[in-house]
Amino acid sequence: MDWTNTIDLKETILSNSANAIQGKGYSDAIVARKIKALESFEKSGFPTTKHEEYKYFNLNQVLKNDFSIAADSNVNADEISTFLLKDLEYHKLVFINGRYTSELSTILPGDNLVITGFADTDQAVLEKYFAKEVYTANDPFAELNTAMAQHGIYIKVLKNTVVKYPVVLHFISDAKSINPLVQSRNLIIAEENSQITVLETYNTVGNKISFTNSVTEIVQHTNSIVDYYKLQDDAANSVHVGTTVASLVGKSVFNACTITLNGAMVRNNMNVILQSEYSEANFYGLYFTGNKQVVDNHTVADHAVPNCQSNELYKGILDGASTGVFNGKIFVKKDAQKTNAFQSNKNILLTKDATMNTKPQLEIFADDVKCSHGCTIGQLDEEPLFYLRARGIGIESARALLLVAFAQDIIDHIKIEPLKTYLSQAIEQRLSR
Amino acid sequence: MLSIKDLKAKIEDKDILKGINLEIKPGEVHAIMGPNGSGKSTLASVLAGREQYEVTGGSVTFKGKDLLELSPEDRAREGVFLAFQYPVEIPGVSTTNFLKAAVNEVRQYNGLEPLDAISFLNTMKEKMKLVEIDQALLKRSLNEGFSGGEKKRNEVFQMAMLEPKLAILDETDSGLDIDALRIVANGVNKLRTSDNATIVVTHYQRLLDYIVPDFVHVLYKGRIVKSGGKELALELEAKGYDWIKSEVNEGTEA
Repeated sequence: MDWTNTIDLKETILSNSANAIQGKGYSDAIVARKIKALESFEKSGFPTTKHEEYKYFNLNQVLKNDFSIAADSNVNADEISTFLLKDLEYHKLVFINGRYTSELSTILPGDNLVITGFADTDQAVLEKYFAKEVYTANDPFAELNTAMAQHGIYIKVLKNTVVKYPVVLHFISDAKSINPLVQSRNLIIAEENSQITVLETYNTVGNKISFTNSVTEIVQHTNSIVDYYKLQDDAANSVHVGTTVASLVGKSVFNACTITLNGAMVRNNMNVILQSEYSEANFYGLYFTGNKQVVDNHTVADHAVPNCQSNELYKGILDGASTGVFNGKIFVKKDAQKTNAFQSNKNILLTKDATMNTKPQLEIFADDVKCSHGCTIGQLDEEPLFYLRARGIGIESARALLLVAFAQDIIDHIKIEPLKTYLSQAIEQRLSR
Repeated sequence: MLSIKDLKAKIEDKDILKGINLEIKPGEVHAIMGPNGSGKSTLASVLAGREQYEVTGGSVTFKGKDLLELSPEDRAREGVFLAFQYPVEIPGVSTTNFLKAAVNEVRQYNGLEPLDAISFLNTMKEKMKLVEIDQALLKRSLNEGFSGGEKKRNEVFQMAMLEPKLAILDETDSGLDIDALRIVANGVNKLRTSDNATIVVTHYQRLLDYIVPDFVHVLYKGRIVKSGGKELALELEAKGYDWIKSEVNEGTEA
């Protein structure tokens, strides 16, 4: 046990750093990368609102809480049962406080998957892909994770394999007695001609504040397809910062859907780097906020080569005194001719106190491209509301019907049926309370 | 059934209805005609409870209740149905799902058990025939991408499902070709009983060839300036609205 009770989280982290980095079976190169990341975090600290990328993500109040570096926990199967997906056969990977817990997990037979902890993974492979992209190096939280994540998980889909069952990563924080800081790290490699569906979910056991800082790196080789989902329906007081980096190194297709339903402060960084011609990225997002929640989606579609396509649609429903942030960057590098890049962000504010900050950011250096972006922030339209009411549907039900309809085109992109059902129900429940 | 007394309404600062009086009994069909801007659609909207309009005077009693006190949904539940001049497109909501919610909320209000899925589908199939509407259309998002005719048929289909006591057809003939007009009108006629009443708001006499009114009222400058039988509609068709306008204007000048 090396929990400490200093108020300054940065200090806590730094004093625990040796434990996180040394003696874990990492190669010298990985250790060096972690030390570099630690130095970078030591220099930057947690981002304040003066940091351009964290302008609306004010962690001041959160960081006043007494967090501890999460350690091993005895959370049992009963405590996590409500977080598991019903009516679905899936590879169930349960992580308690960031550590893969085999007793609570089920890997179904028959799928050509390699799943190992970082320490047991070929270090040469790790060296090739671990924290290599600029999008992990530039972000203080991603750097913090690179330095401090203790139990990375490595998932490889072998060549010519279509993984039959979705792989679901359940990240569960034990906040029964402390406010845990949990850092999980995932590296997913899709080899040539492979296909996989991955879902990340975040949940908390206990009433204390869970702070999860996760990084998922996805590397796609030629003719691979990755369907990636992230569901954040955690405890109302939880804090989450998550960075996803998808590198399409071979011609491939990446589909993502990031859904945020709960949590006090949630930050989703979605970075897609199109590095091979004729690749395609489709990423969707849905956030439904209330109370004083802050949900911040930062996305990057980085077109590094010609003839790629990216489609992006994020939708938000903001209630209470909540704040939403969308920042969508599209980079089209000089050589990336014939790029098609589309971005759209649509928001409905349900109250006067809800706020939405949306910012498209296009940096285009090629001259033969099709790029578009659009954003809307508005209230629920009066005319459809009146139409439904004029048919006898009560105002609350009519509102709910219209909001579900607003979210429908995101929900329609979800290919995991039980997740779709879960989401529709979660939204309806939120609306009826 | 419906009793409108000296009804006045405005939108923003513009007075539109300046004292409407109208009595409607069960089984009757009343046509409201009049030139553009006379207040026909406003009357329909005020009866249905559209909130942009402010009622500034008068009363409306429906089945003994003060209609103006009721929310739009409660008016619908009491049996008022407005067939919209411009039915709204609602992406993401299928006609079937929406109607199921509507029918069951209306039933609940009236102390009836909700329809189960099978009874609902059976009722739907039966009513679909009335307006020759295709089931595929009803699975699609409400009115989204529908043609003008499909939208109006969908309105009458909804009316058939909800079985209102008072149907208000707001320019239901606008944008319809002659075949669609016949289908829509047939649907409305088949729904007529001795218990329910219909208000047909229209600019042209054309629709009244198919839905034959018992009474015709001419609305002009926010007032009913002339009432008569169905022959009044034919007279208007022959002479236009000018003779009414000049009659009214002479009257006010004298």
